Amino acid sequence: MRGLVLLPMVLPPVVGGVALISAFSLRSPIGGWLHDVFGLQLTFSTKGVVLAEVFVAMPFYVITVEAALRNVDQRYEQVAASLGASRFTVFRRVTLPMVAPSVGAGAVLAWARALGEFGATITFAGNIVGRTQTLPLAVYLKLEGDGEAAIALSLVLLLVSFVVLVGLRDKWLVRA
Amino acid sequence: MSLDARLEVRLGSLALDVDVQADAGTVLAVLGPNGAGKTTILRALAGLQPLAGGAIELAGRVLDDPQAGTFVAPEHRRVGFVHQDLLLFPHLSVLDNVAFGPRSNGTSKVASRAEARVWLERVGLEAYANERPKALSGGQAQRVALARALVGHPDLLLLDEPLSALDVGTRAATRRDLHRHLADFAGVTVVVTHDPLDALVLAQDVVVLEDGVASQSGALAEVTARPRSRYVADLLGTNLLRGEGRGHVVALDAEGGAVEVAEAVDGPTFATISPSAVTLHLRAPEGSARNAWPATVTDLDLLGERVRVHLDGPVPLVAEITAASLAALALGPGSAVWATVKATEVATYPA
Repeated sequence: MRGLVLLPMVLPPVVGGVALISAFSLRSPIGGWLHDVFGLQLTFSTKGVVLAEVFVAMPFYVITVEAALRNVDQRYEQVAASLGASRFTVFRRVTLPMVAPSVGAGAVLAWARALGEFGATITFAGNIVGRTQTLPLAVYLKLEGDGEAAIALSLVLLLVSFVVLVGLRDKWLVRA
Repeated sequence: MSLDARLEVRLGSLALDVDVQADAGTVLAVLGPNGAGKTTILRALAGLQPLAGGAIELAGRVLDDPQAGTFVAPEHRRVGFVHQDLLLFPHLSVLDNVAFGPRSNGTSKVASRAEARVWLERVGLEAYANERPKALSGGQAQRVALARALVGHPDLLLLDEPLSALDVGTRAATRRDLHRHLADFAGVTVVVTHDPLDALVLAQDVVVLEDGVASQSGALAEVTARPRSRYVADLLGTNLLRGEGRGHVVALDAEGGAVEVAEAVDGPTFATISPSAVTLHLRAPEGSARNAWPATVTDLDLLGERVRVHLDGPVPLVAEITAASLAALALGPGSAVWATVKATEVATYPA
């Protein structure tokens, strides 16, 4: 299970895109069923972009939160239990607040990875302006015609990366 | 609302097998060296360590009985546990830490906080209600942890080394506070400690735990008056000798010496001698003391005005003399001396 969740981390994104196409294209069983029952088309749609980026970025979130949960001092949970808290209450009022910084860090990290996603997105959802074109895809296209626009967009992405890096430096970088 | 338990737990090299009994409103101290299984007793009572054998009955309710397949989960035991490291929730305010218990048991947020505020006032920390635990000193955190455990009126309160995390200055004051709060508590208290002073101040009964079994247990006064193990005697700072009694003489088991006693004894006997009853001389004494043994000084401990002199010989002893007489005798490790004890200063009881 853990290996399956972490697979997209080591998989080349294009291969991930191919895998998503084989699973969710209209001709595949799952994709066809989703279309027939819910009228849902994932390939070459905005929803497809979301799916591709979640697929690629999820492991960053999972790995951060999992490490945090593993490091929670269980004695706090035992104290909470001895005070009469049910398992759910222990999780909601003790465990979750104690890992909250890592949940935030994992989300930001996954978001930053998704923001830069290129391979799986273009393979699975295509590059349709206004529908499935993401910032990195736009940078790539602009590079062939309007070089200055490409540089400007790249600077925006660079700035975002820098902000994420500064924001997470205590949580993620120092510890590693 | 009494506690009646027989605890059998096997945990690595520790084989715990001990009876724990206490009445409502009393404090039982579990005293023992590190690794004896003291904390395991608390974990078993709290439901964090299932029993391998025996049973726990609290306030007429069976909490754990492996033979009958009964096991009540920690959250349903009505047991307050104050951990050695206190473990106040760092993300909650002091008030919400104390309110955690009632809140978890379905009381509304407002009512829980009101109840918590009453307890914070009781421990004198209402001014810190909105602070995080980080802002508290060790002694204050200790009082908050106690309030958090007591707010739900548990049947049983467990204290694990309640004073060991505090510095020496606050320890005495906190011990006094603790004594006052425990006196008001209607349930059973079990306090684990390695400091005999905690037991003397806080408890009425004591279980001395060594290697997972009770080497001695009963009323505190009884245990301190008649130590039955080296560990207890050392805690009390007294000399404990074991031997075979014949008339007015106790022949020691281990060292080959003999002790004259005032009352006739027969069979296996413990003899205790207070260190201050031992007198030291440089030459073999003449006089009324019927016990006189040659000895070698092995070690010296300075305790303020008094000096404890450790002696080796046919009757190994600790003598307590004044610093002035130490200077007069000019003793050091290796010095040869004579130790004398009056027969009337030797207390005896059957082993």
